[in-house]
Amino acid sequence: MKMELLQPFINSADAVLAQTLQCATTVGDVSMEAEAYRRKGLAAIVQIRGELEGRIILDIEPRTAAKAASILTGSEVGETEDLVRETVCELANMLIGNAVTSLNDQGFHFKVAPPEVHAAEEGLGATVDTDALVMSFETPYGIAYLNLAIRKNQRRRSERAARLPM
Amino acid sequence: MAQFAALTHKDHQRPVRYLVVDDSVFARKNLARMIEAFGGQVAGEAGDGRAAIDEYNRLKPDLVLMDITMPQMEGIEAVEQIVRQHPEARIVMVSSVGYQDNILSALQRGARHFVQKPVKPEVLYEILRYVLNDQIAAVAVESGDPGL
Repeated sequence: MKMELLQPFINSADAVLAQTLQCATTVGDVSMEAEAYRRKGLAAIVQIRGELEGRIILDIEPRTAAKAASILTGSEVGETEDLVRETVCELANMLIGNAVTSLNDQGFHFKVAPPEVHAAEEGLGATVDTDALVMSFETPYGIAYLNLAIRKNQRRRSERAARLPM
Repeated sequence: MAQFAALTHKDHQRPVRYLVVDDSVFARKNLARMIEAFGGQVAGEAGDGRAAIDEYNRLKPDLVLMDITMPQMEGIEAVEQIVRQHPEARIVMVSSVGYQDNILSALQRGARHFVQKPVKPEVLYEILRYVLNDQIAAVAVESGDPGL
C-alpha cells in the first residue's frame, strides 16, 4: 500500500474524530496485518471499487461511540442503543467521504459503497496481495481503530491506457 | 454549541421551516439540533430522495437540507425533480463527499449551496443566512461564536 493512498484516510480520521468528539486525538499503535480482522468494538466496513479497490473498517469502543452520539445529538445516549451503532456508520461515512474527496481531487476515481455494520467476531482479512494497515486513534473517551486494505487497480489502469488513441 | 441569533421568516414572523433529508437518523438528529439552535423549526424529515419529494410537496418548507448518497433515490436526482416542479425551492446539499464533480452536478440541477460533513454549526449558519437572504428578517445580533 502506498502512503499517498493512506494519508487522506489518516488525516480524515484524525479530523472527523477530533471534531465529533470535540477533543484532541493522538495516533497510537500502527501495524501491518495479514490475518483476518478481529473487531474490538462497534465496527463499520466500507468497500471501494474502481481505480482504487479494497475496504476500510472503522472500529470504535462502544463508550467512544456513545460519547460521539451524545455530543452530536445533544442528549445522553447509552452504549447499547441502536443510535450508537448508527453513529459508527455515520462517522465512517464522514471519514471516508472526506478522504474520497481528497483522493478524487488527486485524480483517483472510484465508487464507495454505503457503510455496513461489521458484526462478525472475525473474518475480513486483508486483500489477496495487500496487507491491512491498522492504526489506533486515542481520545479521552476511548480508542478508535482504522483498518485500511487498499490498492490501485492495475488492471483498470492498463485497460484504460490500452484504449487511448496512439 | 455557540449562541446564534434566530433566523425568522420576514413576512410571517415565524421560525424558518426546514425539511431534513438524510438516510442516517443520527445525521438528521444532528442537523435538527443545529436548526433549533438557529431558531428554526424542523417541519419534516425524509430518509431518501423519493420521500423527500413527497414531503416537499406536502410541507412546502422554506429550505431543504439534502444528503447526496441515499437509498431509493439519491439527493441530486431529488433536487432536480423538486426544482423542476418548484423553481423557487431552496436546497442546500449536505454530504461527506465534497469533490468538485459532485458539487457542480448538484448546483447544475438547482441546489443553492453545499456544505461538507462533519457540519460545523457556524458554517451552516452562515450558508443558511446567505441562501435564505431575502426570506429572513434582518439578524439583529451577530453570532456569538468566537470561532467565526
